[in-house]
Amino acid sequence: MVTGLINENPIIYPKKERRLRTDSSTTDEFTPEPIDQLEIFDHIRDIKDPEHPNTLEDLRVVTEDSVEVDDENSYVRVTFTPTVEHCSMATVIGLCVRVKLLRSLPSRYKIDIRVAPGSHATEDALNKQLNDKERVAAALENPNLVEMVDECLPSEE
Amino acid sequence: MDLMEKNLELVEIQKLEGHTDRVWSVAWNPVSSQADGVSPILASCSGDSTVRIWEQSSLSRSWTCKTVLDETHTRTVRSCAWSPSGQLLATASFDGTTGIWKNYGSEFDCISTLEGHENEVKSVSWNASGSHLATCSRDKSVWIWEVLEGNEYDCAAVLTGHTQDVKMVQWHPTMDVLFSCSYDNTIKVWWSEDDDGEYQCVQTLGESNNGHSSTVWSISFNAAGDKMVTCSDDLTLKIWGTDIARMQSGEDYAPWIHLCTLSGYHDRTIYSAHWSRDDIIVSGAGDNAIRLFVESKHDSVDGPSYNLLLKKNKAHENDVNSVQWSPGEGNRLLASASDDGMVKIWQLATKQ
Repeated sequence: MVTGLINENPIIYPKKERRLRTDSSTTDEFTPEPIDQLEIFDHIRDIKDPEHPNTLEDLRVVTEDSVEVDDENSYVRVTFTPTVEHCSMATVIGLCVRVKLLRSLPSRYKIDIRVAPGSHATEDALNKQLNDKERVAAALENPNLVEMVDECLPSEE
Repeated sequence: MDLMEKNLELVEIQKLEGHTDRVWSVAWNPVSSQADGVSPILASCSGDSTVRIWEQSSLSRSWTCKTVLDETHTRTVRSCAWSPSGQLLATASFDGTTGIWKNYGSEFDCISTLEGHENEVKSVSWNASGSHLATCSRDKSVWIWEVLEGNEYDCAAVLTGHTQDVKMVQWHPTMDVLFSCSYDNTIKVWWSEDDDGEYQCVQTLGESNNGHSSTVWSISFNAAGDKMVTCSDDLTLKIWGTDIARMQSGEDYAPWIHLCTLSGYHDRTIYSAHWSRDDIIVSGAGDNAIRLFVESKHDSVDGPSYNLLLKKNKAHENDVNSVQWSPGEGNRLLASASDDGMVKIWQLATKQ
């Protein structure tokens, strides 16, 4: 276990007010609403940072704008910003975001996860690992890693 | 016969359901899929830790699951390969082992488990004579195993050289030359010059040889063994060639050179490519589609070029992980495996 935290003093940002979703009584109840940026952000904003009792939103690791979605083509890309450039927890964070989205979005979705350009020392290596689905699948068969991920994910209501 | 002129389509013959997780690979039994009067047999392996054996009934022409191999592996079975005799099936698993199963027709028995890799085994391949097999792993190594009498398997070589996870191994179709491809973006060629079992890496096809710029997921040879296709996370297929006569004469190693890159056809990772006996290249990719390519009839000074013969959108409901042509003559059957948990059988046919 790491004896000291990688980032002892993370910046915690003031929480953004949550916009209430307006009741769309005008829409036909049979037509599914296209999934938008805010809906996807809602899925990931409360993921806990692996090292601190704060959420990814609190630490601005993810923001609404870090989500790029194209519902018509079933595509989403999340760009996250680790709090520190050498953050070794970045793989865990990336994995948590992917797992949360895999569990929350329809299976038709293609999900790409990357670190914000310039925000991490081994950016290319990290992005490659986070998007190799065979590596992700093998990692998720590791009970220790799954436990760690599950601890970061918000509990199902 | 110019395929481009014919009006061809990929017709879905049947959807094989049963696996309870993504299906990673399919493999046609080389013997039963070819012999007259014998039903084609297909093996599929999955994230559900099992291997399923499917057979086509000669009467009803429909495919059913004959047996499920579910005892040996405790984790994902990533790939499977039949021995050239069709008598044995090797299965590579994330549990770090490679299972060897004996085919008794309606039953399969796990006769041996090959251990040695430090972590997930990604691929397994038999050489042309069935005397050896090769496995590769995330531990960056490639192992060669010798088949001995009495269901014994001996580790003949541990080949290191790749700097990252090795995704697939494939023996040359006629010669004892081994190829491997990796997360390190390269393809390596392994050969035992003196045929003494001492394999060396005799060539590395990397970016400097017009190689791939990201993970190489699979390798497939044409029937003659003088060309191969590789596919990658860099969204391209690459065609490579060699002077096979020179290689077969045994004088020295004939290097592989880049012949052609097919780019602009795929926008998600290409997981699998397979070269048919009648020279149609099939690809399976992360956009749920299957694509077929053929060599262009028009000669070019720069070497061969390839055209897209057809694209099957939504071939599956999720990523296509494996595509394999049936070894049988003339039937143009194709099997595909997907993250949607399905195996599908297709036929390439002229539009009615």
